Amino acid sequence: MSVVRHDIPLARRRSGREHLVGRALIYLAATLLALFILVPIYLIAVSAFTPPDRAFDFPRSVVPAELNFETIVFFLNAFGVVDSFWRSVIVAMITLVLALLIGAPAGYAIARYAFRGRSGFRLVILSTRAFPIVILAIPLAVTYRLWGINDSVIGVALMHTALALPFTVLITSSVFVSVPRELEEAAQTLGCNPLQAFLRVSLPLALPGLAAAAIFTWVLSWNDVFAAVILTLQNPTLPARILTALTQSPIYFQFAAGFVMLVPSLVVIFFIRKYLLGLWGRVVK
Amino acid sequence: MTARLGWAPYALLLPSLAFLAVFFATPMVQAFGLAFQSPDGTFGVSSIERMLGDARFRSALLTTVALVVLIIPIQFALAMSMALVINARLKGQGLWLYVYALPLGISELAAGIVWVSIFTQSGWLNSILMGFGIIDRPITWQSAETPWLLIMCVVIAEAWRATSIIMIILVAGLQSIPREFIEAADVYGATTWQKVRRVILPMLRPSLQVALILRTILAFQVFATVIAIAGSGLFVLAREAQRWATDIQNDHIAAAYAGLILVLSLFSTVLFLVLLPTKDEQQL
Amino acid sequence: MAEIRVERVTKLFKNVRAVDDVSLTIADGEFMVLLGPSGCGKTTLLRSIAGLEQIDGGRIVIGDRNVSDLPPRKRNIAMVFQSYAVFPHMTVFENIAFGLRMRKAPKAEIHTQVQEAAELLHIENLLDRYPSQTSGGQRQRIAVARALAMQPQVLLMDEPLSNLDALLRLEARAELKRLLNEIGSTTIYVTHDQVEAMSMGDRVAVMRGGRLVQVGDPLTIYDGPVDRFVGGFIGNPPMNFLAATIRAGDAGAVAELSDAGEIRLDAADGLGGHRGPVLLGIRAENIELHSRTGGGMLRGRVLVVEPLGSHNLVTLQVGGEQLKAITRPDERLELDQEVGVGIDPARIRWLDAEREVALTDDAEAGPGAGLGPPTPEERDAAPPG
Repeated sequence: MSVVRHDIPLARRRSGREHLVGRALIYLAATLLALFILVPIYLIAVSAFTPPDRAFDFPRSVVPAELNFETIVFFLNAFGVVDSFWRSVIVAMITLVLALLIGAPAGYAIARYAFRGRSGFRLVILSTRAFPIVILAIPLAVTYRLWGINDSVIGVALMHTALALPFTVLITSSVFVSVPRELEEAAQTLGCNPLQAFLRVSLPLALPGLAAAAIFTWVLSWNDVFAAVILTLQNPTLPARILTALTQSPIYFQFAAGFVMLVPSLVVIFFIRKYLLGLWGRVVK
Repeated sequence: MTARLGWAPYALLLPSLAFLAVFFATPMVQAFGLAFQSPDGTFGVSSIERMLGDARFRSALLTTVALVVLIIPIQFALAMSMALVINARLKGQGLWLYVYALPLGISELAAGIVWVSIFTQSGWLNSILMGFGIIDRPITWQSAETPWLLIMCVVIAEAWRATSIIMIILVAGLQSIPREFIEAADVYGATTWQKVRRVILPMLRPSLQVALILRTILAFQVFATVIAIAGSGLFVLAREAQRWATDIQNDHIAAAYAGLILVLSLFSTVLFLVLLPTKDEQQL
Repeated sequence: MAEIRVERVTKLFKNVRAVDDVSLTIADGEFMVLLGPSGCGKTTLLRSIAGLEQIDGGRIVIGDRNVSDLPPRKRNIAMVFQSYAVFPHMTVFENIAFGLRMRKAPKAEIHTQVQEAAELLHIENLLDRYPSQTSGGQRQRIAVARALAMQPQVLLMDEPLSNLDALLRLEARAELKRLLNEIGSTTIYVTHDQVEAMSMGDRVAVMRGGRLVQVGDPLTIYDGPVDRFVGGFIGNPPMNFLAATIRAGDAGAVAELSDAGEIRLDAADGLGGHRGPVLLGIRAENIELHSRTGGGMLRGRVLVVEPLGSHNLVTLQVGGEQLKAITRPDERLELDQEVGVGIDPARIRWLDAEREVALTDDAEAGPGAGLGPPTPEERDAAPPG
C-alpha cells in the first residue's frame, strides 16, 4: 500500500511543510526578540510602582500585588527634580524650534536646487554625525564661561541644536524631495512667487514629515546626558540631575527616575512610528 | 544673462553653515588647542602625557575598547534578526516594528537604570532565577571585584538600548533589495542561511557599513550606562573626560580624552571603510 | 494681443544645448503644437516660455512685452503639466480657484469663474472632493479647468493627454480641441504623439536635438516634409524613401530606380532641373498596386500583407529596398507575387540624396533638418495612436 501521493507534485508538497515550519520559527524568533525589548520595560515599571519600604524585598514577584505611587512621588518631590524636568522640557522646545528654523531651509535648498557645492555640503552634514559629542561639549563649556551663558538653558539648547542640526537638514531634505517640484511650479504659474509657492503648497504637504523631524529632535535633546552634565551646574536638566544624584540616592529613587524618563519617550515613539523608516531618507508609504 | 535668484540656495544654507561653524567647527579646533595646552598656558604635549600617565587611563582605554568590541557584534546579530523578522512581513507587522523601535527613545541613563533594576542584588534577574529554583542565593552581578561580569552587564544593557537604530537602517536597506534576487535564490534551492549569506548580506553592504560606522563611533562614547550600572567600578574614556572637566576642572586633560575618543572613532571609521568597501556594482 | 515671439532662444543644461537658437512666431489665437521625439527640447522650450527655465540666449516676447527676465507669475500665462500637478491638500474647488485667489479676485467673481471652468470641463459635481478621490482622467480636467479659470492670454500645455489610457485619450483629444477652439486663446501644446499634433494644431513645429526642423500646418508637413526625419516621423506608416537617379528622358525627366524600373516625369516634376541621385519620397496611400507589371510602373514583390480591417498594409520589395503600401481590404495579393507598383509623380516628395533635405524651397528647412531618418527610439516614442 503506497503512502506516497502521486497527484501532488513533489516540490510543492515539500515546500508547503517547510514553509509552515519556517514561518513558525520566524514567529518564535519575533516573539523572543519582542520579549527581550518589552520585559525590562515592564520590570522597571513594576519597580517604580513598588513602595519604598518594599524596595529591597527579595525575591520579588513579577506580578506586583499593588500599584503604589509612593516611590514616584518621592522622586518627584526630591530636590530639584521638578525644576530640572521643566528645564529639560524648555531646552527640548528651544532645540526643536532652532533646529527646524535653521535646518529646514537648508534641507529645502538641497532638495530643490542643483547648485554648485550641493554634494559637498551634504558630505559636510553627513560627516558631522561622525563627531563625538564629547569633543564638542568640553570646549563649548569653556566658551560658554567666556560668554556668560554657562549653566544656562540657552547654552544647553544651543549645543543640542548643533547635535540635531545634521539630522534636521537631512530629514527635511528628504521630506521636500518627496513633494513634487511640479506642484510648486504650478503654483508659480498661478501667481505665486517662490516663497508663496513654498508656504501654500510645499509646507502643508511636508508638515507630517517635518513633524516627525521635530519629534526626533525633541527626543535627542530630552535624552542627552553628557552635554547636559558638562554644561550645567546649578541648573541641570533632568538627566544631568539624575546622573549627579545617582550614587548618593537610594535605589528606589533610581527606579522612579528611570521610569519617569522612559515614559515620554515611549509615547513619542508611538506617535512617529509611521515615519521611522522615513527618517533614514526613504519615502514612507 | 540674468541670474534670477541664483543666490537663493546659498542664502538658505547660510544659517546652517554659520551655526555649524560656530558650534561645531570652532569647538573642534578649540578642543585640539586645549589638549595641546597645559593649565599654565604653555603649549606642548604635557596635558596628553598627564592623561597617559594617569592611573585610570589604561583601565579606561581597555574597558572602552572591550565594550565596543563586545557590543557591536552582539548588536548586529540582534539587529539583523529583527530586520529579517520585519522583512518577513508577519501579521501585525506595524506592531513588531513599533516594539523593536521602542528603545530608540530611551536614553542611556534610563536604559542603565532599567538594567540596574534587573542586575542589582535584590533585582529581577536574581528573583527570577530564585523563583525557578536555579539558584538558592542571590548572585552579585554588579561587583567591582568581578569587572568582566560588570562589563557583560553593560554590554547587555547597551545591546538592549541601541539595537533599534541599527535595525531601522538594516530594514531600510533590506527593503531596497529587489525581491527578484531573493526569489531567484529560492528557485535555485537556497536554504535560508544560504540566502542570507550569499544574497542578502552582500546587497546589504552599504547599509551595514553606515550602521557599523555610526554605531561604533557612538559606542566609543559610552557614558551614562556605565555609570548607572557600574558606578565607579568601571572606568571609560567618556567618564574620564567628564570627570576631568567638571570634577577636577582641568579642561585640558578632558580635551585630551575627547581627542582620544575622536582618534579612535576616526580609526574605526577608516577600518570599516577599508574592510567593507561598497562597490558600485552592487547598485544593479 | 497675445502674439508670442520666440527669438533665437537658447537654453543650456551644463554643456548640452537643450534648446538651440530656436526662433518661432505664434500668432494671436493660434494653436501651435511643438512636436518631436523625447529629448528634442520641446518641453524645455515650453518651460522657457512659461518662465520656469531661465534662457541663456535670445528673448521671448509675449504681446508687446519682453518677458525673458520675468518670473512666471508676471507673464500672464497658464500652464497644464503632464503630471497635472493638482494640489492634493486642497479641494477641487480650491484648486481651480487658486490662481484667482492669488490675484485677490473678489469672492463672487471667484465663485462664478470656478463654476464656469468646472462646467466647461464637466467636473462641476466634483468641486467638493479632494484630488485623491478623483480618477486620473478627472484630475486632468481639474488641471485644465484650473488653467482656464485664469482666462490667460497664453495657454501652455505639456503633454496633457499622454498619461491617459488609450481610449480615454481619443475622447479627451476631441473634447479638448473643441473646447480650445471655443476659448480661442493662444495655445502652445507639446506632444510626442504625431497623431495628436496633426489632429489638434493649426500649425506644427517639429523639433529635433534642440533645433527646429520644420514649421507648417499639418497638411503641409504631412505631404511636404522638409527632410527624411519629418517624413519618417509623421504619418503612419512613415513615408517611404527610395534611392533613385534622375536622368534626362525624351519627354521630360526620368527617375531610375536600380533593379526596379523607372518612372517618367512631366514638366511639373518638382525637381527644378536637378539631375543625378535623389531620394524619392512617397506615402503609402499614394501607391497603387497592379497585378501586371510594366508600363511606367516599378516592379515589386509582395513580402508581407497585414490586414488591418479598414485597409491592408503591404510590405513590398522594390529593387534593393522595402516599401510600404496601403491597399483596399478586398484586394487579393499573394506572398511573393510580382506586382506593378504605380507611383503618382504629383505626390512624390523629392529629397537631395546627400543632405536628405527637400529639393524644393516651399517648406523652409529649419536648422535641425537633414540629420538623417528618425532612429527606432525616436520612432517608437510616437505611438501609432
